Amino acid sequence: MSFADLLQPMFLLPFVNGLLLAILLPLVGAHVRLREEWLASLGLAQAAAAGVMVGAFWNAPIAVVALVAAVAAALFKSFFGPRGNESYALMLLLGWTVALLLAANSAHGDDLGHALTEGQLYFTGTRHLQALVAVGLVQFGLLPWLAPRLLLARFFPDHFAANGRPNPHHEIVFDVLVAVTLALAATAFGVMAAFAVVFLPPWIAFRFARGWFRTIALGIGISLAGYLAAFALAFRFDQPIGPVIVGVLLALALSRAFARY
Amino acid sequence: MNDVLLDVEALVAGYRDPVVGPVSFRLHRGEILGLAGPNGSGKSTVLRALIGRARIFSGQVRRGDGPIATAVQAQRPVRLAEMPITGREYLRLMDAARQAPPPQLAGLLDLRLDQLSGGQFQLLHVWACLGSPADLVLLDEPDNNMDPKARATLIDVLHGTRLAGRGVLVVSHEHDLVETVCTRIVEVAA
Repeated sequence: MSFADLLQPMFLLPFVNGLLLAILLPLVGAHVRLREEWLASLGLAQAAAAGVMVGAFWNAPIAVVALVAAVAAALFKSFFGPRGNESYALMLLLGWTVALLLAANSAHGDDLGHALTEGQLYFTGTRHLQALVAVGLVQFGLLPWLAPRLLLARFFPDHFAANGRPNPHHEIVFDVLVAVTLALAATAFGVMAAFAVVFLPPWIAFRFARGWFRTIALGIGISLAGYLAAFALAFRFDQPIGPVIVGVLLALALSRAFARY
Repeated sequence: MNDVLLDVEALVAGYRDPVVGPVSFRLHRGEILGLAGPNGSGKSTVLRALIGRARIFSGQVRRGDGPIATAVQAQRPVRLAEMPITGREYLRLMDAARQAPPPQLAGLLDLRLDQLSGGQFQLLHVWACLGSPADLVLLDEPDNNMDPKARATLIDVLHGTRLAGRGVLVVSHEHDLVETVCTRIVEVAA
């Protein structure tokens, strides 16, 4: 394939979908990392993967069930689970078990399992784009309200309880936002690549940046650079997008060794 | 209640079981009240009961009339291995960046939090509460991690803190600290 092919709608649309994900994932990823809940990204992506398999098994709309599964997992964790990586580890293991068992017992399970491992960005279309634009508008619209509250709750954990708000709404809003973003990412990039884009760019940015919004901006910049390089490599050499994204971001992560604040 | 911010009456508090009490005191606007006592006497549990983080077995905690904005300094503030947030951003979270900070902090505000020493970070954390517009400021062992110089700064800050209309509760096992900075002291027995 040549880069001129990229201008064809069948490639351009997936490219734009990936580009939007490369912006949205590190945005939530920086806050997830701040909360030391980075395993959330993998747990929720795996919950979405389980949703894909549930949808396939019962012939239900796959993307919708994936979204519902991820949001349900996030809400369950918000209301009942312990805050922290333990609840996400349990979610990850449960999602993995359900996904693989259903894959082994459904007609298209193997194909879907393959897609969730390697990524199926080239098969995303207008509906994915519409969902990503909607999530993007919500993320950037809520950021000025959400970010200070998340930081305040992180560094002054007693503040909301001391002021009569022991269960502030922003926690649930954020959990749902992470779940929706991860579900859209897992069904486009694959589970592990979705995890990589939400985890690695903020991890690198946390090392270099000074200031919270610079950290977010740098994380998005790293993610975009990684995605563009990965898309070009995967497109040119006809490789699966998921592993190439992970490989490129891992290469960028080596820069942490040279960090000076 | 008028100028009373907190009215604590025969409070017995703890977690699974009671660990402190009965304790009674009132905190008025315009004063710094010290809650003193040895380590393990349950002073911090009293403070945590005031903000709903510890169980109240008996007694009562009443707040003054109207909304009372509260700032809480944690005994062990959250410190992450990597914190790309600057000191100025940290103060802004508590709306404490409008006031001029103590001179010892002024030069540190543009550094990342993980570039500060333990004492500097503790002082910043305390100032985030004292510099905020909160009516009620709860300080739990505010001189933790502080060397003598930082501690002297803390004492200066507490002496210079704006008290008009607000009250400060200082929990500390350091008797000399509460005697130096507090207008009144309540002893919590071990």
